[in-house]
Amino acid sequence: MPEDLNWAVGGEAGDGIDSTGKIFAQALSRAGRHVFTSKDFASRIRGGYTAYKVRTSVDRVESVVDRLDILIALTERTVDENLDELHEDSIIIYDGERTMMKDFEAPGETTGLDVPLKALAEDAGGAIMRNIVALGAACAVTGFNIEYLDESLEKRFGDKGEAIVENNKKAARLGAEYVEEEFDLTTPYDLETTDNDYVLLNGDEAIGMGAIAGGCRFYAGYPITPATDVMEYMKGRVENYGGVVVQAEDELSAINMALGAARAGARSMTATSGPGIDLMTETFGLIATSETPLVICNVMRSGPSTGMPTKQEQGDLNAMLYGGHGEVPRFVLAPTTIAECFHKTVEAFNLAEKYQLPVYLTADLSLAVTEQTFEPDEFDMDAVEIDRGKVVDEDNIDEWTNEKGQFKPHALTDDGISPRSFPGTTDGAHMSTGLEHDELGRRTEDTEMRVKQVEKRDRKVETAREREDFDYREFGNEDADTLVISWGSNEGPMLEAIDFLEEDDIDVRFLSVPYIFPRPDLSEEIEAADETIVVECNATGQFADLVEHDALSRVKRINKYNGVRFNADELAEDIKAELGETTEVEA
Amino acid sequence: MSSDIRFTDFKSDKQPTWCPGCGDFGTMNGMMKALANTGNDPDNTFVVAGIGCSGKIGTYMHSYALHGVHGRALPVGTGVKMANPDLEVMVAGGDGDGYSIGAGHFVHAVRRNVDMTYVVMDNRIYGLTKGQFSPTSREDFETSTSPDGTHQQPVNPLALALAAGGTFIAQSFSSDSQRHAEIVQEAIEHDGFGFVNVYSPCVTFNDVDTYDYFRDAIVDVGDEDFDHDPSDYDAAKDLILDRDKEYQGVIYQDDSSVGFEEREGVTEPMTDIPDGAPDDAMDLVREFY
Repeated sequence: MPEDLNWAVGGEAGDGIDSTGKIFAQALSRAGRHVFTSKDFASRIRGGYTAYKVRTSVDRVESVVDRLDILIALTERTVDENLDELHEDSIIIYDGERTMMKDFEAPGETTGLDVPLKALAEDAGGAIMRNIVALGAACAVTGFNIEYLDESLEKRFGDKGEAIVENNKKAARLGAEYVEEEFDLTTPYDLETTDNDYVLLNGDEAIGMGAIAGGCRFYAGYPITPATDVMEYMKGRVENYGGVVVQAEDELSAINMALGAARAGARSMTATSGPGIDLMTETFGLIATSETPLVICNVMRSGPSTGMPTKQEQGDLNAMLYGGHGEVPRFVLAPTTIAECFHKTVEAFNLAEKYQLPVYLTADLSLAVTEQTFEPDEFDMDAVEIDRGKVVDEDNIDEWTNEKGQFKPHALTDDGISPRSFPGTTDGAHMSTGLEHDELGRRTEDTEMRVKQVEKRDRKVETAREREDFDYREFGNEDADTLVISWGSNEGPMLEAIDFLEEDDIDVRFLSVPYIFPRPDLSEEIEAADETIVVECNATGQFADLVEHDALSRVKRINKYNGVRFNADELAEDIKAELGETTEVEA
Repeated sequence: MSSDIRFTDFKSDKQPTWCPGCGDFGTMNGMMKALANTGNDPDNTFVVAGIGCSGKIGTYMHSYALHGVHGRALPVGTGVKMANPDLEVMVAGGDGDGYSIGAGHFVHAVRRNVDMTYVVMDNRIYGLTKGQFSPTSREDFETSTSPDGTHQQPVNPLALALAAGGTFIAQSFSSDSQRHAEIVQEAIEHDGFGFVNVYSPCVTFNDVDTYDYFRDAIVDVGDEDFDHDPSDYDAAKDLILDRDKEYQGVIYQDDSSVGFEEREGVTEPMTDIPDGAPDDAMDLVREFY
């Protein structure tokens, strides 16, 4: 009996693949099962191949694997795309009456279940529910209690009225009954349920939730895949807390609006993806040199240029670290799990305000669009602390004015951090500029002041290193000879890869690094290891370069840049290959 | 806000580096007078500017201010006003800043109708880069980059604003200081986006659109015998499309205008937030059950 079930629904974009997958994933989550989803989608509205995969287990699941147990195929291409993952017990649910599945024959040893999805949906009230019929069929195949599906349908269609909900429930039952009556199936699946309460969300949603919890009240953005979910999440929610979402005319406008709001004293954010980051780069310099606290979220996709908008990559690290002319300090945070997307967003706002600089918060596409189950208290709202940094008001502004009573927003301080006065604060009026400036914020080309202001801004980084804990997350065997380092969404597959490697008696120590800059010094860890391997989703090894630079030591690299995230078994094989222990050699 | 504010309170102690005789002196003075006359003070005022001669204005004024990047002042002003509707937000720019690099933002700021004031110092030339043609330069205007004329139609900024759904469209002449200040004051008092295109001559590089030219050409739509009703859209359109004359005054105003921030439900400054997550923040998590 498989410990986990891998299920997918696939078809053309426009077939309702996403909502079908989500309904099933939510039903599993409500049944107290862990869920990990992944999406395979094309950059088009209709047509093309799209799939929604769900991996579920009573144990926590952190990645996708190369195995499909149940496949709802609305097109023949769905089967072709997943051929490698099908096995002899795989079951394919399809509708032989659908034109594109008319002559379909299940491949190899798999079982094809021809279910008249459309006809049964029409019996239930409308052809549009054929996917729900398929979900009902999947419940029958797996023995999963269909009542959990009911809850999910109520949540999904509750707003549309009782009749719609009832029709959908009926559609699911017709699908289940058809499978039970027409096929003599003995399947090895046993979808055990638990009393656990889980929430199911993706990285973009976690970022939006972290922003609202962390006091963000202003969001300006321009829609771009895969960052748009952040804006869509915040819209309709941040307003409940006195905030606003502005859809700007372009990315240039978005970041400048966010800058304006930040200077007006709001916690402010914009989110975009690589191409948008490029457009924002000029203003990024202004934000940094005017010492404005701002969170810029970059949900990375494949580049360069328009690249592959719906595919995974971690290729923007250098752009975030070095983008822009001149030299300005900035922080780059890269959460490694969906829950961390929430926590790091809260932290990003605190860091931005405490150190008065722009903070890049970056998630990669896999982290952003993947959904995963969590215990609700992993999003512990009581633990959220908001630190606005050195904000002055009417009572203490005198400490920060010169002999003429002029406020010094760029005062030279030991820690590099100057006072901030929100507009409206009496006697705090001052100007900010992208020009090099003196303590008052006024343009200067004085050579001494130039040096002092550059050093003051850079000093904030050292201050942050002293005051903050830019640490890594550690897994695996602390004493292992092999050290694996990764960032971003690679943590999930790597955690499961560790288990696969253990089965082959290979121990690794694994460090997942959520801070790109400032970042933990890994020199000692690397020195203690015989081999260090850096895993990332880009071709050139941008993070590996940093690791080598910091540790003055060569590392091995595992790079994937075909647009698809790592999966656990693949990653384990890659690590074995790097260690010269491939399965093929052993066999 | 204090009632004894004078326009000189909006002056900084920095001496402008504008050329002697530059129209921007008059433009700025009028802005400061209008701010003082409308009961604002430097601590509740936010001035945003971009790059170029016009961009220097924040340095010479005393208020909360941001000197941003070229062409992006309007989005910054939008962010400021949305985040704190209590602030008086004034955006200043030049013809290059507003109608060339920032033309896209101009159209969208107009249609968004945020309650702020946009003053464009239009001298029909690029001054700070030393005399190239600008988007409002005449078609036959000869400059270092247009030795035999620009060969490009000048932008009609008022027409752009009208087409984008502008709710307050005005024009003034920096040298007519009294009228200029009055017109900017009306723009500030307008509920919504107050747009004033100011003829602000460049005495160094533009020998066509001079003080003398404007003095002779200008027709004040506010004159009694002119009899213009700014709420009359068709009359405003006719004036705006008439490029043979230079009109000054409030050309078009929609009195029923409501600012974007108000329509979006922003009523309070976003400066005050709790020390931790909102009390009901766990509801945000429970949505994902």
